[in-house]
Amino acid sequence: MTALLELENVTLRFGGVTAVNKVSFSVEEGEVFALVGPNGAGKSTVFNLVSRFYDPAEGDIRFAGESILKRQPHEMAGLGIARTFQNIELFDHATVLQNLLVGRHRHRRGNLLTETLFTPFVRREERRHREAVEKVIDFLDLQPYREKYIAGLPYGVRKVVEMGRALAIEPRLLLLDEPASGLSVEETQDVAFWIEDIKTQMGITVLMVEHDMHLVASVSDRVLALADGKMLALGTPKEVQTHPKVVEAYIGSTDPMAGAKVRAAV
Amino acid sequence: MRTVFKTSYDADIRMFKHGAQAGWYALLLVLAVVLPWLFNTYWLGEATNMLIWAIAGMGLMILVGQTGQASLGHAAFLAIGCYANVLLQMHGLPFVLAFPLGGLIAGLAGFFIAFPMARLHGIYLAIGTLALAILIDDLIVIAEPLTAGVVGLFAPDISIFGLDINRYGNPWLFYWLVLFVTVLIVLAYRNILRSPLGRSFAAVRDSEVSARAMGVNVALTKATAFGVSAGITGLAGALMGHFAGIFNNETFNIIISIQLLLMIVIGGLGSIHGAFFGAAVVALLPQAIAIGRDVVTGWLGSSSVAIPGLESAIFGFILIAFILFEPLGIYGRWIKIRTYFELFPFYRKDMFRRQRSYLKTERMR
Repeated sequence: MTALLELENVTLRFGGVTAVNKVSFSVEEGEVFALVGPNGAGKSTVFNLVSRFYDPAEGDIRFAGESILKRQPHEMAGLGIARTFQNIELFDHATVLQNLLVGRHRHRRGNLLTETLFTPFVRREERRHREAVEKVIDFLDLQPYREKYIAGLPYGVRKVVEMGRALAIEPRLLLLDEPASGLSVEETQDVAFWIEDIKTQMGITVLMVEHDMHLVASVSDRVLALADGKMLALGTPKEVQTHPKVVEAYIGSTDPMAGAKVRAAV
Repeated sequence: MRTVFKTSYDADIRMFKHGAQAGWYALLLVLAVVLPWLFNTYWLGEATNMLIWAIAGMGLMILVGQTGQASLGHAAFLAIGCYANVLLQMHGLPFVLAFPLGGLIAGLAGFFIAFPMARLHGIYLAIGTLALAILIDDLIVIAEPLTAGVVGLFAPDISIFGLDINRYGNPWLFYWLVLFVTVLIVLAYRNILRSPLGRSFAAVRDSEVSARAMGVNVALTKATAFGVSAGITGLAGALMGHFAGIFNNETFNIIISIQLLLMIVIGGLGSIHGAFFGAAVVALLPQAIAIGRDVVTGWLGSSSVAIPGLESAIFGFILIAFILFEPLGIYGRWIKIRTYFELFPFYRKDMFRRQRSYLKTERMR
C-alpha cells in the first residue's frame, strides 16, 4: 500500500485561533479514511486545506508523492481530487444532468473556437461526457431526476447529486464532507453501500468527514479523531471509538469521580 | 405537451429538442428573410434597429444571464467595435475584414479588462464597469487625431466584394446583412451553451467555490465570458455605426449601457429569447409612444403635444412593473403562458414559484 495523500505537520491559524494544529496523517491508496470529532474540531478545515482553499501556515500536503501547495485550487480536480460540500454547493439554476456534466470539466479538450463552431470533435467529446455521466446516474439511481432543476429537488436528492458530480470527475481521491448529514436512516444506508462500492468497484480512495458513528464504523478502514485542531487518536473505528481521549472529548472525563473531585475542589 | 422519447445521447446534445421545434424556427427564419417584401422602408429600418439591439443584448446576456457578472459599461464595447470597424475601413481594409476585426478588438479589450475587473463582485463590479464606459467616452475625445473627437466620424458605405450596401440606398441589403450576423451569433451562442464552456459559465454564476472544486479556472472563465460578450457587443456596435451613419463619443454614452442592461432584464435573463424580446421593447417603444401620442391628439383634436422625458418615464415604469411582477422577464411570462396551454386545464398558479434554497457554505473569496 502506498500513501495517496499525506499531511505533514500541517498548521493553520485564523488570527489567534489555531484551527489545525500540527496535523499529520496519510491516506493509503484504496482505503476509506474518516475524520471525526466534535464541532469546531477542524475537520472541514482539513478538507479546505486539501482542496487548496486555504494555505497552511506550516507543514506540507502531498498528493501521490508530490506537494500540492504550489498549485491553484482549480488544479485539484485535474490531479484527481474531487470533493463535496457540507452544505451542498450545487449549481441551482441548472439541471442534474448539467451539474454532473460540469464535473467532467477536467476532461474538456475543446477550446473557445471549436466549441463555438461545435465541430464534430466537440460533438464526439460531448457524447463521451454524456456516456460517463450516465454511468454515474446509473450508479446512484438518479434516472428520475436527469432533467430536473436543482432548485426544485428535495435535500436528500441534492446530497446524492453532489456525490455524483464529484464522481463524474473520475477522481483518485474523493473527499466527502458529511455525506449523511440531514439524511434519513434509509438514505444513510444507501450512502454506506455507495461508499463501499466506490471503494471496491471503482477503486477510488475516500476521505470523509462524518458525525454518524454508525456510518463511520461500518465503512471506514481507519479513523482519525480531531479536537480543537489537534489529533486525538488514529486507528480502526473500534480503537478510536473506545480511546479514552476521544470519549473525553465527546462526553467529558471518563473518570467516574471527576464530578465529585470538582465539587470537592469548589 | 410534447414528450420527447430519447433513444440516444444525441437527443441531449442536439440544437433543437424535436423536429417541430426546428420547424418553427425555420419558419421564423423564412419570415425574417422575406420581411423586406412585407414591410415598407421605414419599418424595415426599425426591424434592422431591433436586430442590432438584439445582437448587443445577446452580447450582454452571455455575461449577465449566463455568467452572472453585472456590467454597466457595455457601451464602451459598442464604441470600441464601432470605431475599430470604421477606422480600419478608413485605412483601406474591406468591410469583410474590418467588421470581424472590430469585434475581435472589442473582444480582446473585454478579455484583458476582465482580469482586474472580474475580481470585483456584485455592485462593485457594476461600478467598475460603469467607470470603464466613462473612460472610453473620454478616451474618444482625447484621441482626437484618430477619432475626430466630439465632431464624430462618418461610417462609409459597406462594400462587400464590390456590392455597395447603404442603409438608405438599399435598406433591404443592409437588413439582410444584419440578419445574417444575427443568425450567426445565435448559432454561436447556442453552441457555447451546449458545450463545456457554457456549463462552466453557469458554474461560475451559481457557485464560484464549487466551480473551482470542479476544476473550473474561475478567473479565466470570467475573462472568457467578458471577451465573448465584448466581442459580440463590438459587432453590434459596428453595425450601429453603419446604421446611424454618423457617430461621436456621445453616441455610446452611459444611458446606452443602462438601457442595454435594462433591456435584457425586461426580456428575461439567461435566455437568447430574452435578448430579442428586450430588443423589441427598446426598439419599438419610441414608435409605440409616437403612435399613441398621435391617437391621443387625434381624439383631443388639438395640435401635437410633446411631453419631454415621456419615453424614459414609460421605459422606467415598464422596468419597475417587470421587477415587481415578473422578474423572469417577457420570456419567463411566455414560458408560463405556453405551459398553461400545454397543460390545460391542469396548470397551477404556483407552478413556477421559486423554491426555498438551502444553506450555503460560507463563500471563500
